[in-house]
Amino acid sequence: MGLSERFRDHENEQRVFQMRALVAGVIAALLLAGVVGRLVMLQYVDHGHYTTLSDNNRVRLHAVPPTRGLIRDREGRILAQNLPSYNLELVPERVDDLDATIEELDALVDIDERDIERLRASWARSRPFESLPLRFRLSEEEVARLSVSLHRFPGVDIVASLSRHYPHGEVGSHVVGYVGRIDQSDLRRLDANRYRGTNHVGKVGAEYQFENVLHGEPGYRQVEVNVQGRVLRVLDEESPKPGRDVHLTIDLELQRIAEEALAGQAGAVVALEPSTGEVLALASTPRFDPNRFAHGIGRDMYDLLQSSPRKPLLNRALRGEYAPGSTVKPILALHALEDGLRGPDESIHCKGYYRLPGGSRRYRDWRVHGHLDLAQSIEQSCNVMFYDLAYETGIDNLATTYRRFGLGQQTGIDLPGERSGLVPDPDWKRGAMGEPWHRGETVIHGIGQGFMSVTPLQLASVAATFANRGRPVRPRVYQEVTGDGGEPIRAELPDLGSVDVDNEAHWEYIIDAMVDVTRGEQGTARSMRWRSPNVIAGKTGTAQVYSRPDGVEAVDHEDQIYELRNHGLFFAFAPEDNPHIAIGVIVEHGGGGSSAAAPVAQEVIDAWLEKREREAFVPQPFDPDTLLEPADE
Amino acid sequence: MSETVLTGGSQPAATAGGRLLQALRLDPPLLLGLIAVSVVGLMVLYSASGASPDTVINQGIRLGIGFVLMLAVAQIPPRNLRQWTPWIYVAAIGLLVWVAVAGVVGQGAQRWIDLGFIRFQPSEAMKIIVPMMVAWYLADRGLPVRLPHALVAFVIVLVPAAMIARQPDLGTALLVAATGLFVVFLAGLRWRWIFAIGGLAAAAAPVVWMFMQQYQRERVLTFLNPERDPLGAGYHIIQSKIAVGSGGLYGKGWLNGTQSHLDFLPERSTDFVFAVFGEEFGLFGAVVLILIYLFIIGRCLYLAGQAQDNFSRLLAGSLALMVFVYVFVNIGMATGLLPVVGIPLPLVSYGGTAMVTVFAAFGIIMSIHSHKRVFAP
Repeated sequence: MGLSERFRDHENEQRVFQMRALVAGVIAALLLAGVVGRLVMLQYVDHGHYTTLSDNNRVRLHAVPPTRGLIRDREGRILAQNLPSYNLELVPERVDDLDATIEELDALVDIDERDIERLRASWARSRPFESLPLRFRLSEEEVARLSVSLHRFPGVDIVASLSRHYPHGEVGSHVVGYVGRIDQSDLRRLDANRYRGTNHVGKVGAEYQFENVLHGEPGYRQVEVNVQGRVLRVLDEESPKPGRDVHLTIDLELQRIAEEALAGQAGAVVALEPSTGEVLALASTPRFDPNRFAHGIGRDMYDLLQSSPRKPLLNRALRGEYAPGSTVKPILALHALEDGLRGPDESIHCKGYYRLPGGSRRYRDWRVHGHLDLAQSIEQSCNVMFYDLAYETGIDNLATTYRRFGLGQQTGIDLPGERSGLVPDPDWKRGAMGEPWHRGETVIHGIGQGFMSVTPLQLASVAATFANRGRPVRPRVYQEVTGDGGEPIRAELPDLGSVDVDNEAHWEYIIDAMVDVTRGEQGTARSMRWRSPNVIAGKTGTAQVYSRPDGVEAVDHEDQIYELRNHGLFFAFAPEDNPHIAIGVIVEHGGGGSSAAAPVAQEVIDAWLEKREREAFVPQPFDPDTLLEPADE
Repeated sequence: MSETVLTGGSQPAATAGGRLLQALRLDPPLLLGLIAVSVVGLMVLYSASGASPDTVINQGIRLGIGFVLMLAVAQIPPRNLRQWTPWIYVAAIGLLVWVAVAGVVGQGAQRWIDLGFIRFQPSEAMKIIVPMMVAWYLADRGLPVRLPHALVAFVIVLVPAAMIARQPDLGTALLVAATGLFVVFLAGLRWRWIFAIGGLAAAAAPVVWMFMQQYQRERVLTFLNPERDPLGAGYHIIQSKIAVGSGGLYGKGWLNGTQSHLDFLPERSTDFVFAVFGEEFGLFGAVVLILIYLFIIGRCLYLAGQAQDNFSRLLAGSLALMVFVYVFVNIGMATGLLPVVGIPLPLVSYGGTAMVTVFAAFGIIMSIHSHKRVFAP
């Protein structure tokens, strides 16, 4: 085969291919022309027919949001419920002129800038032709006024729904929390399908914590709609699964008493059942009205609440961190007994101040105590004893001692946002401040001052550990879940180990000293002796907000500026021999623990123990026979 | 005979941009067409997804990856591709066997290989590998192809096609078979043989019917009479026709399609995306889109005609026709002309699997176009 022939072959092969490619191209073009012909049929010739069909296409699928579960207290009293309400909704795509329509609607019902803003925001993230809320909670009068003229507004409708209501308002607001409108950040964590048709979601507190249980599962409704998108009839329906009810361990009565005991002051009370860790009351003042959030709180109102110097939105019980002051003394005293640093009867002499070996600085006591032993130094809250113990223990052991009681760590309560407080040590200080530890700092940490901080919840938790003689409990507000969708789920008690001691008698030694705090001649909270019928074991504490420099005269509590007044702390449990309640109290700028915090704790303790007694005493029904028949003798 | 390899297309590049595209081995008119369809696709998807930016961003990322893939494939000289072809074919057949034995069942069919970090469908790659193999086989046997060679080519095509049909994935099997047979057609098989084989196939149709799965029969029956089952199998076609038909000459306007947005239209982002387009852009929009596709297909056939060896021209030509089949079957399906076989609209439908195939095909065509040899005196 010659070279020229091969060339001819190539040319021939290319010609064969090009011919076939051309044929293929023409066939392709013809077939696509056929498709275009089909399109002409559908879109031009039969256009009217299909337009009619399209207008008759009226079947739509609506999501039906589930009813949110209720929140109840330990006795079943309702803390959060759902009330029927009417919302004004519209389908923006069905409205000819949105601005004009809103303006006209504004003449009938009050619509403010915020409503419009929110509508536009939800429009931006909605699917087209979705019905969007413009105004929530119309009054009956507004519903009546709108109903009359609704026919003038295509695409606008009044929709019945349920809205969240908190019947007790501010009481328990920090535990129950509130629901609020779903916003961008919620959308990121929520399953969009589960929340179709739902406008609100739990934002804080139990409403947030138990969202999954409370929410339920949405249902669907196949409906026939008219051209304006208004529902004509329901074709098919799958009911939503309502959310389940959450029962909290909170006792509404005790909660109210705790909050009222704090009335007018900023502070927190946490009351636990020591055997189980159940939270009986968790109060934080000032409070807020959760209904405001559920009904749509204005930005102005929210800013006001946020910026208020008393911080009503701050849940102090979980998130407030305060220097524990002298409340740490029983912990350190137990350590001193266990480690043999002090014998039970070993006395020291308190001159009213303490000096480190070889140091010149005086660490003040609040008074001259003279001779006292370990128990007396708890009863009278002598600082010198604990300055010395802290110094002998050393900061690393001291930090370990405090941490054994759960300080510096979250308690693990089932509420969102808990802070961990701080138990400092040299490593922490180097990391956080870049400075070495001074031995003087060890001294003041013996009386709970310095960098150290605790939350009121931790204080209550320490009280429970003492009440249980070393067995810590995890505080919880969850009692059980009831309602459709399965068996009631009950809470479990985790085993958290225990604070072990070599000699069990040491617990009783410390607890006796804590009883002396409230009943002893010299007890710092001795005024309880006359006021309370119960044997309360407790410890006062005073957290300095600022440290008075040497040479500056002490100022009386009443004369001090509010922000510079000391915080008052108290933790306790009662009855001493068979504890039913453990409590932690902090009163911000309340002065001392004995004057500000102890009376609050006592009120709550007495109320709870009285209630228990009342309920334990079941009067026997009157039986006349016992009077008529003589006793067998 | 001395050969020099030109690093560019046949036309001299006039501008800096043109020179850059030449250096990247891309054909400017074809690239322009692909970009135009991609932009239209993103717009329609935005509407079809209910104005979801996420869908558009996801698709945009896929398109970006697709263009990069095309660029990468365009750098492979056809010479190398041709050398690897038999090995690739054997390996792909092996994968199909693996799927049949140990594949992952997804959506009622055994199509996937799960390697833990990635799942893929070997049948999808067959749409390119089968025509490559047929082109490789016929390249040295002279054009027009003679009957014995054509029969061998049929075996090359039908073995993988039958295996894919058994998965069962009839749509992909038909597309694989069609692309392979296009090579034989383009190789110049005599018309009389073509008609003879066509007649045989028609006679075999009843036999095929007997071997069909129930769902496939349902599809054919529903295709012939959609009203037979308006709430079930025929629902797609009826709703799609209503959407397209109610669009009229000018369409209802972008984002204003009521049928697509009222949840009436199923699969509106994937297989039935053309219905959304037809409803919102009307007859004029649809004709423009079809013309762009026709331009792309025509350009590819032209580039195939310019290729200088049999392997290149047969492969490029059959891939161009594969793109045509995608477009024709998808739009035909959305307008009720053809049965519902689950074939996406290239560069428009949401999804990644078919997009990889289509971009790889364009990459091969670009490579064939840009790696031409010229005979210098």
